[in-house]
Amino acid sequence: MEFGWGAHLPILQVIVVLLAAPLAFLTRRVRAAWLIAFIASAIALWIASRLLIQVQQDGVIVYQLGGWAAPMGIGYHIDLLNAFMLVLVSAISTIALPYSLRSIENELSAHSQPLFYVYWLLCVAGLLGILATGDAFNVFVFLEISALSTYALIALGSDRGGDRRALHASLRYLLLGSIGATFIVIGIGLLYMMTGTLNMMDLAARLPAVEDTRTVHAAFAFLVIGTGLKAAMFPLHTWLPDAYTHAPSATSVLLAGTSTKVAIYVMLRFLISVFGFEFSFIGIHVELWLLPLAVLAILYGSLCAVYQMDAKRLLAYSSVAQVGYIFLAISIGSAAGIAAGLIHMFNHALMKAVLFMAIGAVVYRAGGSRLFHIAGFGRAMPWTFGALLLGGMSLVGVPFTVGFISKWYLVTSSLDTYGLALVVFVLASSLLAALYVWRLVDVAWFRPVMHERELQEAPLSMLLPMWVLVLANVYFAFDSDLTVGIAQRTAAVLLGGAP
Amino acid sequence: MQHDLILRIAAKLLIPMIMLYALYVQFHGDYGPGGGFQAGVIFAVSIFLYALVFGLPAAMRVFSPTLVQALAAAGVLLYAGVGVVSMISGGNFLDYGALNPGDRALGEHIGVLLIELGVGITVAAVMIMLFYLFASPIDADDSGGH
Repeated sequence: MEFGWGAHLPILQVIVVLLAAPLAFLTRRVRAAWLIAFIASAIALWIASRLLIQVQQDGVIVYQLGGWAAPMGIGYHIDLLNAFMLVLVSAISTIALPYSLRSIENELSAHSQPLFYVYWLLCVAGLLGILATGDAFNVFVFLEISALSTYALIALGSDRGGDRRALHASLRYLLLGSIGATFIVIGIGLLYMMTGTLNMMDLAARLPAVEDTRTVHAAFAFLVIGTGLKAAMFPLHTWLPDAYTHAPSATSVLLAGTSTKVAIYVMLRFLISVFGFEFSFIGIHVELWLLPLAVLAILYGSLCAVYQMDAKRLLAYSSVAQVGYIFLAISIGSAAGIAAGLIHMFNHALMKAVLFMAIGAVVYRAGGSRLFHIAGFGRAMPWTFGALLLGGMSLVGVPFTVGFISKWYLVTSSLDTYGLALVVFVLASSLLAALYVWRLVDVAWFRPVMHERELQEAPLSMLLPMWVLVLANVYFAFDSDLTVGIAQRTAAVLLGGAP
Repeated sequence: MQHDLILRIAAKLLIPMIMLYALYVQFHGDYGPGGGFQAGVIFAVSIFLYALVFGLPAAMRVFSPTLVQALAAAGVLLYAGVGVVSMISGGNFLDYGALNPGDRALGEHIGVLLIELGVGITVAAVMIMLFYLFASPIDADDSGGH
């Protein structure tokens, strides 16, 4: 029989990375494990871009595992939304891997380093699987794969007799993450009980007949809260600051760029593709819950960030606030709003990855991420802190950065629904962001050095990925067709009802 | 318990039986209750019994931690490898029928057998690994990860 790789891209997207994990584990050597991880990740990125192009040309791609037809077997279902997210996740992983090599050498013991890349591969495979699959239960399985490896990735922060608090952070995330996963599987179970199917498209077709039952409403609540917990939606964010702070720097880069975004994707997928826009927004009015929580997340996250004494923790609280912006955009409940949310998901991944990379480079040179470690390092590490400054400007939303694009679409799309009040709020909250970014800048450039370490620029293998992302932060502000265009078409398709 | 004659003899009698039973559950899984997961756990139990009676170091000489880790990875590779081979043979991922295009039923049979074997190997290895981790003294390996 004729064999063409092209038809198998949806499954290869996941299994290339998944297969690379045991291979990397068998090598037991850091460099070999890293190389396998990098190659697998690069292949995943290539496949994701091919899928994105293919979806734009020919529409939805469906792949049936084991040749079993969709409602019975597991079907992978690639549309614009998940193709876009697949590119994002595999790109962040591919760019962050060259960065991690030196950072991990510095932070982990020789014994744990190969394992780090194994967990990394499993985590990325899980995230890609969540995105690619069209089966609700398969989402849960991949969610567990990515979550379990994430717990290990965070716990490795305690390696080398370092920060024992990483164990605590990891355990806390494990407990809360398990509750989130349980809620998700209860929700899926209730849906299965009412419809007898696990395929998302099939669920969407069968749910309207039973949507006025209490079971379906309960399923909805379980799914929104479960995915909200995974996405660190305020007030379910409590696992996030500790996890991002005490994890190895490279882990924080990967998590900040991908994991909460994927959880938000799952929520969007259920809200809009499975339950349907009419049910979620017009029937249940989920936006009435999302909006106040998003506003509180932004205020609380930004205010906490301003008062942090640790740069990683500062960025973590900022992530809580930024997730708030994404939910704020989604709560607008129009195609423009959802597009704005997607745009910000992509852009926030770009900026947060840069910022965590910059802080990771400081950890590499100064041995810690507390503000006194950073003090006075601005002149000694101009490239690192240049990246930090540009990433920070992007976070605030200064023109000519992707942050501006995010804020622009958020503000314009919210004008119709919420009026001027929200515009004022977004602008005011940006000032808070400016405040905490300024703290980093102030400490780095205008304070004396407070410890005795060699003042030296970070190694090139860390700077290069950092600056690739900095340039992406600027590039996507000018050529916004990839992000804005795709996000708007995605939102239009999602709300148009057609899968 | 190393000096307890009755326990040692009983264990020596039981361990091969347990292993054989594990293999029965493994390969009978196609026709009746059973399969790789249950078989893997049962097989691991025989090693637990050995370790409990003859001591952890003796068990680790038979199944060294390195070997156990390699087996855990190999099982996953076998599972996914069957999927990839069925893909190269012209079917979809995990479409075992494609393994033997002449007689699809036989292909399905081979495919399930191999996949369950992969599951069995990984489950047994992971169970043994967990047992080793919990049974080992904590300070033996304090580097934080396994």
